[in-house]
Amino acid sequence: MQFFLQQCLIGITNGALVALVALGYTMVYGIIRLINFAHGDLIMLGACLALSLVSAFGMGGGGMATTWLGVALLVVLCGLFCGGLNVVVDRIVYRPLRNAPKLAPLVSAIGVSFIFMNVGLFWLGPSDRSFPELLPATNLLAGEGLQFTAKDLLVLVVVVPLMLALSLLVKSTRLGKAMRAVSQDPAAAALVGIDVDRVIAFTFFVGGFLGGAASVIYGLYINTIGFQMGFQNGLYAFTAAVLGGIGSIPGAVVGGLVIGLVRSLSSAYVGERWTGAIVFAILIVILVFRPEGLLGRGTREKV
Amino acid sequence: MTGQHHTTRDATGAVPLRDRVLAFVRERWDLVALVVLAVAPLVVPALGGALGGQVTTLFIYCILALGLNVMVGYTGLVHLGIAAFFGIGAYLFAILTVPMYPFQMRFVTAAAVSVLATAGIGLALGAPTLRLRGDYLAIVTLGFGEVVKVTLRNLEQITGGMKGLNPVPPPGAGLTVGGINLGLAFAIDPRWFYYLALVTLAGVVVAMRRLEHSRLGRAWVAVREDELAASAMGISATRVKLSAFAMSSAVAGLAGCLYAASLSTTADPNAYDFNRSIMVLCAVILGGLGSIPGTLLGVALLVGFDTVLAPWADSAIQQWNINPSGSSLLSFSGWRLAIFGLALVLVMRYRPEGLVPSRRLAAELHEAHP
Repeated sequence: MQFFLQQCLIGITNGALVALVALGYTMVYGIIRLINFAHGDLIMLGACLALSLVSAFGMGGGGMATTWLGVALLVVLCGLFCGGLNVVVDRIVYRPLRNAPKLAPLVSAIGVSFIFMNVGLFWLGPSDRSFPELLPATNLLAGEGLQFTAKDLLVLVVVVPLMLALSLLVKSTRLGKAMRAVSQDPAAAALVGIDVDRVIAFTFFVGGFLGGAASVIYGLYINTIGFQMGFQNGLYAFTAAVLGGIGSIPGAVVGGLVIGLVRSLSSAYVGERWTGAIVFAILIVILVFRPEGLLGRGTREKV
Repeated sequence: MTGQHHTTRDATGAVPLRDRVLAFVRERWDLVALVVLAVAPLVVPALGGALGGQVTTLFIYCILALGLNVMVGYTGLVHLGIAAFFGIGAYLFAILTVPMYPFQMRFVTAAAVSVLATAGIGLALGAPTLRLRGDYLAIVTLGFGEVVKVTLRNLEQITGGMKGLNPVPPPGAGLTVGGINLGLAFAIDPRWFYYLALVTLAGVVVAMRRLEHSRLGRAWVAVREDELAASAMGISATRVKLSAFAMSSAVAGLAGCLYAASLSTTADPNAYDFNRSIMVLCAVILGGLGSIPGTLLGVALLVGFDTVLAPWADSAIQQWNINPSGSSLLSFSGWRLAIFGLALVLVMRYRPEGLVPSRRLAAELHEAHP
């Protein structure tokens, strides 16, 4: 029982991280129906920047307060970096293809993902790099039982406020309203005076910002980064987005948590090496039986 | 492709020989290429060595790409897991032939069985998923590819894990035809496999051409251009897409059989991963979706990049001593991914129909979408 609860706890922390990445997929898909293949590799680049910053400024010497402050700064910097990069890519690569057949942006996204991977290869080198352990692994819970370390706390401390801020942004601001309008019907949104391209760029920025934040947490939590990390993590996150219902923001969070739990439980009970197959098998089954996901609404194909 | 060339006439009104030859090459590029490739091993001694093996692999990738072209090019369904079917073909073929299993079938029987079985697996995956929207289908094929790779790697008792299955016997092992021990000949001289792959490729090209203009091939294109309109004309979109899925899988399976036989091993499961799928997709897109010469050219370019251009450029960089520090930034092959990625982005932006376009698809891609 204890073991099971521990695995669930690991799963929830992992899942929160997956959810943060999944939000980037779901928001971009929601607004321009593009599976942004490069999102995972964008996060890899964010992790590269985080590692470079940490190595350059040698964090870890100071006390607890400075460390947390440094982490907060890292989250903001990497978030801005990934968000900005996402906007630039949208402007250069995807925007000219807005009216092209669907295949074009999808294939371009695969191309962008290759380019990002190559940049990461130059940045990190071909082998995996270890990310410094800035946060102590001491248990914050009393007693012998469950392990809940500062690292786990970090994930929740970063993820939960970001998600709250995001839902506030989408639900209660003018820009959020514009985002929802564009996602429903870009042509109609343009007719009522919404600058569609700007709203799309903003969506790319927000998705990228969340991805940048996720990259810092990934580095601090998993402690190993490599230029190929983007592909698999991106796929897990995409699975989470589809599972929750792609285009739905609460769906991405729920999907992320479910994927996190599935991963930790299958690693514990079936074997680590089967985890990938199990996650993707779930993806296929969900797509076949409930393509709209857990919380998504079915979309009808328009003629 | 035909009927577009202009020949110049000289003063007497006769077409100069050079132009006539050029016109012939342009019109019957396939025949010319086939003759050149068929004669090459007799003239170029290097094809009897390692180079022969490399060209054989090139032919096999051409077959694989032609299989993918059925789905992506003709039918317009994005498939991101073709390597999985390549792998399934290779592993089934190996299981049916290697000494550690009781089947030990003949080459042709084993190939036929594994091609049919691969098509069946394609049908089994396609039947429930084909009603999905295009990009979801892409993800299903991608996920399937990952599941297959992980399964091949982990089911060590059946697939040999990372070692793969070997030794896969050469075609005609133990058969003697006209005083030649076929199995031995295949094992010693790579030119036997060269011809086997070339003949198979030629067969696939002919079959694809016939298919393209058949009732089924036209139905594929109709579904790609407008599924709704095609259904309104009485075409069952689901059945047409399923047949494309099965055909793609079967051809990929055939390529897998040849691959396993020519290497005499299935190699490790990583040979059938997402990267392989994407490279084949790149080749088809770069060369020209739905275009047979385009697909072949795309594969030749991509394989040529890896086996000819990149090593040549790397050694040139070394020779000219541009890169004394050995930095990976200054090695040509270090930029491989970025070059492929950039090629994809640029092709999609400026020439989505590829280098040797199918005229029909080019028109479709340049149509203004509302």
